[in-house]
Amino acid sequence: MDETKPYTTLNLGPTHPATHGIFQNVLTLDGEQIVDAEQTIGYIHRAFEKIAEHRPYYQITPLTDRLNYCSSPINNLGWHMTVEKLLGVKTSKRVDYMRIILMELARITDHLVCNSVIGVDSGALTGFIYVFQEREKVYEIYEEVSGARLTTNMGRVGGFERDFSLKAVKKIHEFLDHLPNVLHEFEKLLLRNRIFMDRTIGVGPISGERALNYGFTGPNLRAAGVDYDVRVMSPYSSYNDFEFTIPVGAQGDTYDRFCVRQEEIWQSLNLVRNALENLPEGNFHVDVPQFYLPPKEEVYSKMEALIWHFKIVMGEIEVPVGEVFHSVEGGNGELGFYLISDGGRTPFRLHFRRPGFIYYQAYPEMIRGGVLSDAILTMSSMNVIAGELDA
Amino acid sequence: MENSFIIDKLYKAFGQDILRMDTTSDILSFTVASPVIHEVIQFLKEDENMNFIFLTDLCGVHYPDRGLPLGVVYHLHNLRENKRLRIKTFITLNHPKVATVADLFSSANWMERETYDFYGIIFECHPNLKRILNVEYMDFFPMRKEYPLEDPTREDKDDRYFGR
Repeated sequence: MDETKPYTTLNLGPTHPATHGIFQNVLTLDGEQIVDAEQTIGYIHRAFEKIAEHRPYYQITPLTDRLNYCSSPINNLGWHMTVEKLLGVKTSKRVDYMRIILMELARITDHLVCNSVIGVDSGALTGFIYVFQEREKVYEIYEEVSGARLTTNMGRVGGFERDFSLKAVKKIHEFLDHLPNVLHEFEKLLLRNRIFMDRTIGVGPISGERALNYGFTGPNLRAAGVDYDVRVMSPYSSYNDFEFTIPVGAQGDTYDRFCVRQEEIWQSLNLVRNALENLPEGNFHVDVPQFYLPPKEEVYSKMEALIWHFKIVMGEIEVPVGEVFHSVEGGNGELGFYLISDGGRTPFRLHFRRPGFIYYQAYPEMIRGGVLSDAILTMSSMNVIAGELDA
Repeated sequence: MENSFIIDKLYKAFGQDILRMDTTSDILSFTVASPVIHEVIQFLKEDENMNFIFLTDLCGVHYPDRGLPLGVVYHLHNLRENKRLRIKTFITLNHPKVATVADLFSSANWMERETYDFYGIIFECHPNLKRILNVEYMDFFPMRKEYPLEDPTREDKDDRYFGR
């Protein structure tokens, strides 16, 4: 920073179409070149960690929806797995595979949105509208499985509230058949497009070493050349039954992040296909009567079931004392849940390790020296989700 | 990487400053005295046998009934050996100060600001210790246990019977 120069201060956000969420960047500009940047966040802070300390375990799932709302099922199921870890509940293979199907579908939508938005910010609106139709199809699958679309509140501790219906399975098959064509067309539009490559190669780069130091995880870290993926390193939900490739980039720039996500969509498609083909027979939940709501018909007709229903919803159940840290590979990085239980009806402390909150710190370092239009592309390629950023 | 190896190395380097060890949790955890927290984290990060180069998580916790009520919990990860480690340190309410680790991990910067914001734990030598998610003029630390979730003077709302 040169104090004698007449720099321009520019507010990018809090409500700017290019921030894709409510957060602010105060940029110091020399002409069009970025000299410095400072982020202001917290505009949609909703105190989830405080609320979680006052809610029974059953009522916390809807809070997790609203972290990374582009891939809510991953948050929901990650939370259920955390509680299962605390309780020592072991889920069946069918539950695990069903979870994999939904989490990978969520990853596909998350990546589709992020990648198509990179296209939008570089001037190609067509691809965005085109792949959003596919996202809509995944939301229809969510709707079949859980009844909701965006904030899904999906699954239960121990499994799912209901089995995949025939319609859900049919919709998943249709999606698997249709998406490859769409993806090919989407890639034809951008992947080797001279304009897109010129706009993204070398833009907002970060080295693998700096990325690790900044706590990067997920596609952003892998684009910088570090092959860390929670699904492989600490497999949960039977991910070790499947074979898939972890794509890595080299430069850690916007183009690499785009390519890594694009390849991950293909890998996720294969995972969904394999999990669906090998879906074992059996029950869609394991037997944990203290945490799994009894069937609704019984609640209306049997005393015992009504009591359990009440106890679970109100949190009048025994929870062991202990602390666990569980992390899953979220849409944009390692989503962790640090849970301390003192045996009470609510968690004593629940901390969300939100990947977006941690890696967004690196933004000023990544855009410094670049031009304003590149800063916008860098931000969209980092996949910062406001809900997760502010918790 | 075996637990016993880490335990040996850590006890050799910081014998009397390790107050508690827990091998029964999901992750091997240590409670260390607050004055040495920076040295412990630095040792774990930079020692060539330890190599915990990744700070997964940093957060605060408040146990109002304990002698040292405020705590900071660090989750470290050795990516090469895929080993996780939990380090805790506890401090008093009157003197809530620990050394920052933002010089070791750039990622700690905002996580420490968040911990300060919610628990009022002061990270000494932090480059920019100010509130991050809450408004700057807030004069209390909302995640401490004594602060109620909702305004207790409200009469139009009685949540006692709704699992809260």
